[in-house]
Amino acid sequence: MSGGPLTLHVPEPQPCFGKAADSSRLHLSEAGQVRRPAVDVEAAEIRDLAYALIRVLDDGARAAGPWSGACTIEQLRAGLRAMLKTRAYDTRMTMLQRQRKTSFYMQCTGEEAISCGFQPALQSGDMNFPTYRQQGLLIAQDWPVIDMMCQVLSNEKDRMKGRQLPVFYSARGAGFFSISGNLATQYVQAVGWAMASAMRGERSVAAAWIGEGATAENDFHAALVFASVYRPPVVLNVVNNQWAISTAQSVAGGESATFAARAHGYGIPALRVDGNDYLAVHAAASWAVERARKNLGPTLIEWVTHRAAPHSTSDDPSKYRAPEDQTAWPLGDPVDRLKDHLIGLGGWSEARHVQLKAELDEEISVASKAAQGYGTLVEGSKCSPASMFDDVYKLMPPHLREQRQELGF
Amino acid sequence: MPSLTMIEAIRDAMDVMMARDERVVTFGQDVGRFGGVFRCTDGLQRKYGSSRCFDTPISESGIVGVAVGMGAYGLRPVAEIQFADYMYPAYDQLVSEAARLRFRSAGEFSAPIVVRMPCGGGIFGAQTHSQSPEALFTHVAGLKTVIPSNPHDAKGLLIAAIEDDDPVMFLEPKRIYNGPFDGHHDRPIVPWSKHELSETPEGYYTVPIGKAVVRRQGSDVSILAYGTMVHVVEAACQSVGVDAEIIDLRSLVPLDVDTIVRSVTKTGRCLIVHEATRTSGFGAELSALIQERCFYHLEAPVVRVTGWDTPYPHAQEWDYFPSPDRVGRALTRLMGS
Repeated sequence: MSGGPLTLHVPEPQPCFGKAADSSRLHLSEAGQVRRPAVDVEAAEIRDLAYALIRVLDDGARAAGPWSGACTIEQLRAGLRAMLKTRAYDTRMTMLQRQRKTSFYMQCTGEEAISCGFQPALQSGDMNFPTYRQQGLLIAQDWPVIDMMCQVLSNEKDRMKGRQLPVFYSARGAGFFSISGNLATQYVQAVGWAMASAMRGERSVAAAWIGEGATAENDFHAALVFASVYRPPVVLNVVNNQWAISTAQSVAGGESATFAARAHGYGIPALRVDGNDYLAVHAAASWAVERARKNLGPTLIEWVTHRAAPHSTSDDPSKYRAPEDQTAWPLGDPVDRLKDHLIGLGGWSEARHVQLKAELDEEISVASKAAQGYGTLVEGSKCSPASMFDDVYKLMPPHLREQRQELGF
Repeated sequence: MPSLTMIEAIRDAMDVMMARDERVVTFGQDVGRFGGVFRCTDGLQRKYGSSRCFDTPISESGIVGVAVGMGAYGLRPVAEIQFADYMYPAYDQLVSEAARLRFRSAGEFSAPIVVRMPCGGGIFGAQTHSQSPEALFTHVAGLKTVIPSNPHDAKGLLIAAIEDDDPVMFLEPKRIYNGPFDGHHDRPIVPWSKHELSETPEGYYTVPIGKAVVRRQGSDVSILAYGTMVHVVEAACQSVGVDAEIIDLRSLVPLDVDTIVRSVTKTGRCLIVHEATRTSGFGAELSALIQERCFYHLEAPVVRVTGWDTPYPHAQEWDYFPSPDRVGRALTRLMGS
């Protein structure tokens, strides 16, 4: 104990990997080394898994261990296609924003495996409560990208009628809850949705999504305590992409404990998974969804990944991220890892990969042109300003009717 | 005097106060190393160290809650909420705690905090980056609420807010961070350097909380506005050619009732303009006050131009934002009645 004056500990907003950093905080495990417990395991029996990392693909892209073998080659090819399509979509939408055809865009570059690998574990009737970086949930189920593009462009075919910021999709038919944009607010709603499924004696499962930074919000903790008390069928996903705009995960509390370990205080089973490993993602997602569907309660999963792109088109990471941040990241790129794995299995080739990328670029390009035909934020048609007064209430009250008339409609 | 943008003026106010008073600290999301998503705290961590300017976890209730605790201890915290639209998780800390701490402890404890937040639309920010929640603060006994319309006032008001012994909500209209936007979104952007109120004295000075300013003397009608709308109103008056008296309220609570009453008593007409939604907006308070204080001097009903009672839309932004054209039509109507 020091006799000197107190000092405030302010975490260095630096990543926990790279040359100068303490990589032990990443709690890496060798591929195939982490056990796969039975789905009815008690939280207390797997506390160590919150400080390990479930990985299937090793550095040579070979699958190993008890979490492997969950996917057929066809499923893996579909996963690769979904990730590549998500990346092509992001690239094209970012370009449209740079051309000033819309106001804003957010990519999920480097994190594609998480949403693309998670979605196939769900069934029709289940509901995701996504953040703004889970577009892969839609693309992995072949939701029409033109529908998403029209939302991004706020044009006349935007089902959200030009009301929402780009990427704040809503697709009830795809099990994709309306994105609010406020952080963490929807995490606890997912718990409520899952409670309703149990209250009605049904079979639906909810998936809550949050970034590691937003776990600081009250709603995250409220979600965990409700999930702990009522044990509803919910998968509590924490996407740890290391960065919340400019602050590293240390500022969110990642220095003191893993995000998976936060479940321990609530007695909720937790896994920590390599989010850049499509096979590990799919296997862990399936495990947690099975638990939920069997009425065994919630699971928290920390997906360890890396935000390879800026936070959004309004962000400039060069002001706070060292150039080596990307090169020092130890878990690679999810697309490259799955591609190499499939090639190793004899189910893929470099030539087919190049061809698929070209096909997807073309598909996205065609859809993008078609979407722009329905207007962009700055040109062409969009929803009438009169529609701004709809859906504020189910029935328009007189004062809104009056205001709409004042606007000229 | 140097010409500053709003951002530079706000940063300068914190810089001046952090240099003068070591109790002044500032923190919030992305505030420390990055210097804020709008750059308002850029350089302060390098200058004053990471225990006086630092990044926080993403928890608005946490940010305001720790500010209350620090303020009660004796510090002068300046907390940043990244967008006013993200303020709601902190509302309990503001309403039940910061606003009432002095009252409930009979003065034993108090929360001399400043909560800065960018507000308002005009940047295609849609429902989560455009709101004007000032009335949610003015309705709360114990909070002060100010909202500057130019760099000169921004710096002086922020210094006054930091020195104030009560909690002050400091709203920063983000559309005028970099220039005096008058609502003509299709015209070239005008920088602050072209505006006389970007002339900002160096060093310490205050703009008193609770004092409005008459931006333009006039005899036909009094216009009450604040923030971005001051510039919109000025543009509308120019195009309509009305001899309006434009009052920039600057401080909503406490409110400069004398300046308002003096003007409306003189002109007999009053137009109130704000960007926030109409129902229970601050304009309703102003309108009631004028009815109470100036009834026998009024020659026409008080008129309000405000945002519509809908969430802030994305694509229809310029149909929502109170335009110079809408203000002009209201003025014409008001002068004809």
